[in-house]
Amino acid sequence: MTLLHVENLSLSINDTPILNNVNFTINSGEILGLIGESGSGKSMTALSTIGLLPHGSSTSGAIILDGNDLVQLSEKDLCDIRGDDIGMVFQEPMTALNPVQTIGDQVAETLRIHTKTSRRDALKIARDTLNRVGLPADQFPLTRYPHELSGGQRQRVVIAMAIALRPKLLIADEPTTALDVTTQAQILDLLKSLVDEFDMGLMLITHDLGVVAGIADHVAIMRKGEIVEAGPTVQVFQELNHPYTRALFDASSHIPDRKTARADTPVLKLDNVTRDYPTPRRTLFGKPGYFRAVDGVSFTLNRGENLGLVGESGCGKSTLTRAILGLDPITSGTIEVHGQKITSQTTTARHIRRHMQVVFQDPYSSFNPRHKVARLVSEPFHLLDTPPADARKRIDAALAQVGLNASDADKYIHEFSGGQRQRIAIARALIIEPDLIILDEAVSALDVSIRAQILDLLADLSDRLDLSYLFISHDLSVVRAITDRVLIMKAGKIVEQGPTEEIFQNPTQLYTKQLIAAAPNIDLALEKREHAGV
Amino acid sequence: MLRYALKRALSLTLSLIAASLVIFCVIEIIPGDPASYMLGLNAQEDTVAALRRELGLDASAPARYWGWVTGMLTGDFGTSYTYRTPVAELISARIWVSLPLALFALTLSTLIAFPAGLYAASKRASLGDTSVMGLTQLGIAIPNFWFAMLLVLAFAINLRWFSAGGFPGWDAGILAGLKALTLPAIALALPQASILTRVMRSSLLDTLDEDFIRTARAKGLSRRQALWKHALRNALIPVLTIIGLQFSFLLAGAIIIENVFFLPGLGRLAFQAITQRDLIVVESVVMILVFAVILVTFMVDLAYAWVDPRLRAGR
Amino acid sequence: MIPKTLIIGAALSAIFIAAAAISFIWTPFDHAQLAIPNKLKLPSVTHWFGTDHFGRDIFSMIMVGARTSIAVAVIAVGIGIVLGVPLGLTAASLRGSWLDEVIMRSNDLIFAFPSLVIAILITAVFGPSAVNAIIAIGIFNTPVFARITRGAALSLWSRDFLLAARVAGKGKARISVEHILPNILNLLIVQGTIQFSLGILAEAGLSYVGLGAQPPTPSWGRMLAESQTMISFAPHLAIFPGLAIVLTVLGLNLMGDGLRDLLDPRIRRQVT
Repeated sequence: MTLLHVENLSLSINDTPILNNVNFTINSGEILGLIGESGSGKSMTALSTIGLLPHGSSTSGAIILDGNDLVQLSEKDLCDIRGDDIGMVFQEPMTALNPVQTIGDQVAETLRIHTKTSRRDALKIARDTLNRVGLPADQFPLTRYPHELSGGQRQRVVIAMAIALRPKLLIADEPTTALDVTTQAQILDLLKSLVDEFDMGLMLITHDLGVVAGIADHVAIMRKGEIVEAGPTVQVFQELNHPYTRALFDASSHIPDRKTARADTPVLKLDNVTRDYPTPRRTLFGKPGYFRAVDGVSFTLNRGENLGLVGESGCGKSTLTRAILGLDPITSGTIEVHGQKITSQTTTARHIRRHMQVVFQDPYSSFNPRHKVARLVSEPFHLLDTPPADARKRIDAALAQVGLNASDADKYIHEFSGGQRQRIAIARALIIEPDLIILDEAVSALDVSIRAQILDLLADLSDRLDLSYLFISHDLSVVRAITDRVLIMKAGKIVEQGPTEEIFQNPTQLYTKQLIAAAPNIDLALEKREHAGV
Repeated sequence: MLRYALKRALSLTLSLIAASLVIFCVIEIIPGDPASYMLGLNAQEDTVAALRRELGLDASAPARYWGWVTGMLTGDFGTSYTYRTPVAELISARIWVSLPLALFALTLSTLIAFPAGLYAASKRASLGDTSVMGLTQLGIAIPNFWFAMLLVLAFAINLRWFSAGGFPGWDAGILAGLKALTLPAIALALPQASILTRVMRSSLLDTLDEDFIRTARAKGLSRRQALWKHALRNALIPVLTIIGLQFSFLLAGAIIIENVFFLPGLGRLAFQAITQRDLIVVESVVMILVFAVILVTFMVDLAYAWVDPRLRAGR
Repeated sequence: MIPKTLIIGAALSAIFIAAAAISFIWTPFDHAQLAIPNKLKLPSVTHWFGTDHFGRDIFSMIMVGARTSIAVAVIAVGIGIVLGVPLGLTAASLRGSWLDEVIMRSNDLIFAFPSLVIAILITAVFGPSAVNAIIAIGIFNTPVFARITRGAALSLWSRDFLLAARVAGKGKARISVEHILPNILNLLIVQGTIQFSLGILAEAGLSYVGLGAQPPTPSWGRMLAESQTMISFAPHLAIFPGLAIVLTVLGLNLMGDGLRDLLDPRIRRQVT
């Protein structure tokens, strides 16, 4: 049965066109995966459907839910439909809940707004709903506040709020993007089971092909405000008719060409590194406790080698990164670069720091907005004893290495896109010719097509300049694509390490197996579904 | 919650100790010999010596500080040199003018600012919002003592609704007392209400931009419902901070306004004491004022915990 | 586009700054010239704002009074910036250390002393003067700037470009000056304008109660104090100095708002 029918939907915000003639249909009990890169208009499609567009928006076309055209409805009627007929789950669970209200009240509010339920009955239904989404009463009483829950748990509360009245349509906008892979898998399972149980339609918006490949019945691929291809999931992904679909597909499973044979000269060596953080005192005069963020980590990274460090949020990989970079102290153990000790003191000699540079995740916060590119890229020259005489030449060379022009040196950073900024960050890392670059989630914030280009660039640089990478990421497919060896980190410890392919083929530790099983994998998902005869 | 309150109470105590040390140093150490300072240049040797004995200045500075603090804890603030009466009596007679005045003004300012801020935020960018914002801009720019003079000119001299100044005392009845404090309180409240309105509005608008408001809207709450049920309480946190800070401005402002209306409050006491170089009185009045400010800060901290469950957890 | 508030505010402020500057070389009358027969004249073509009870020209007094107000407020804001900004930068760069704790707790302590109370303390010991008013307002400004600097610096310290600077071997002090200061400059300019206007108000209040500039230095606050007893029969004595304060403060505040809009062009709020 057709539940939602979007017909010729066009949208512009303050006269900037955002959506252009979007058409799709969602049936009851069916999942539509709406896929696109940033700026493709997929979130705006969702907001149009639920009627929460920003000021200055004008829509044309029709959004027909169960016979009602939502575009024509008044704000008051839309309020009646939101939460009752349409539920919505957002990307960022950490900020999606009111911090000063209990989770019970927030879930019950959905009921109280739309039905004449008493507070008591509403709380009872809220309780049942929370049970249903996997937050049982004994661990998660209604009186809990959001700050007492983890990201995954909060996302379950948001889902409970959205489904409390069993809406006909659920919209989930990147519901798992902010979550760890294992949590992501659980949330996707939950959504799927809710769709089956309530016979809901689900509009699942994501940038991740792997996520939809596993659960969506249909997919629609969006690009620049238009749907370029739509159809049954398996068919679309196997036939790859449209060039953009093919490009997306290739980019998301892209493996750059790399040499693999490496010499055995250690560049970075960690021996039994431990880092404790003090925790607040429990009583006024009690002893402060401590939290062990990094627990006895040892490994060696050789010249020219690409080493992956994989772990979920809170596993200690950021703390470890900061320690290696000499930004934070360690409690015990040693970190050596070329056999020389790194400490967090600024006194760590510049000639040691010179061997090591870093590229961060967020291309938007990685640069001082007030400096020009030349100054940004040349900042590591501070590590030299005297500024080089041919500074400008080296800046141009570094920019050329990463595929930018010498003329870009005189621009400000805001003139560049996210992918270009990441290239500039790599240029900054290259300029003092280090042996080791630490890539801290360096491609995680990028769209898949840009990500593929940056991975190629990194692979090429590593081969040409004999660079070593410590590649820190939560994304298993990226790590698999670019590293020779991999370390799996959990709760401060390295639980497993070895050659990347070996680990991915035959993980020995339970945790590694869980991680690999939870990671979205297009090929596996499609294979499974073919066998199931979907 | 208890742990949080205890922690704040500890910090309150530390602030009080630090403040008393600062005041003691400024008044009793920096002038060198307070006795000869109080008596002026032409004082006789023996008068100075007598005053030194009377003030106990022969004792060491730490001993004097200890005596001063322990004295205050038992309600003994020393004896005024000029009035020849216990300072505690002088203060207790006047604090019942200054404190009610500040609280009256704080109440007025809050009662004006909350509705005005809510209105402006909910009608953002409308004519009403712009007018409210324009008025607050003016309200902030008007010195309260000048506004007080204009009020006197309009309501006391021309319309004769209020007396131009003076205070009948609370013995004359609460209403008579409140009436005498009305014009001063309005004068004090106007600039503070303007500031608070602006803070209230911008805090609400910031909160309305938060993700959880969008979640609430997705549940089917109207804009107005989202504002009342979700934005308001979250927006209160910065508003409380400002209310706390305002109390110290109001108390200080009250001291100035007392001058316009000839109110027998702490401010008048302090100014008279300054002219007469009665350091003992100045020291105690300042300590009382600072104590009031620190106490209000403490109460605001407790109010935070009431608004924000994250603080109640103790960290 | 330059915000309208900035143009109006800057124009108003400029009028009073110009009045203060011109008063050094020219005023319609000598502001200190007593002319008892001419006393309490209403505004006229000769005496634009009338004369006071000693026959002095009020317009001239307001021009010279602007000097006092502006000088006191500017120097007090300067003290606040010179002391507060380095303190805030230091506290932020050593976040969580004992020094951060000491700086912030001292700030809290100063916040417990309203500027008037500081002025009372100082005056009690040193006697009243414009210098004491400057010191009192300056001390009060210090924690304001320290706090705002620390807050802004802390949010910058979590940005990756500061980590990159540290990886480039730069120390925290150097980073504070080279990276943080330029990025919080706008904020400081806006706050400086606001504190400037608060300083004018505070100076007027202190002079009004006799804790600020002493005779014969003209000041708006004291002009108001002197006018008080005559308000029933010569309200113009109170109206003009009061208007001068209001318009100056209003101008500076509008300028602050306008500067904020100009320097911090965040995308217009889009609330649904």
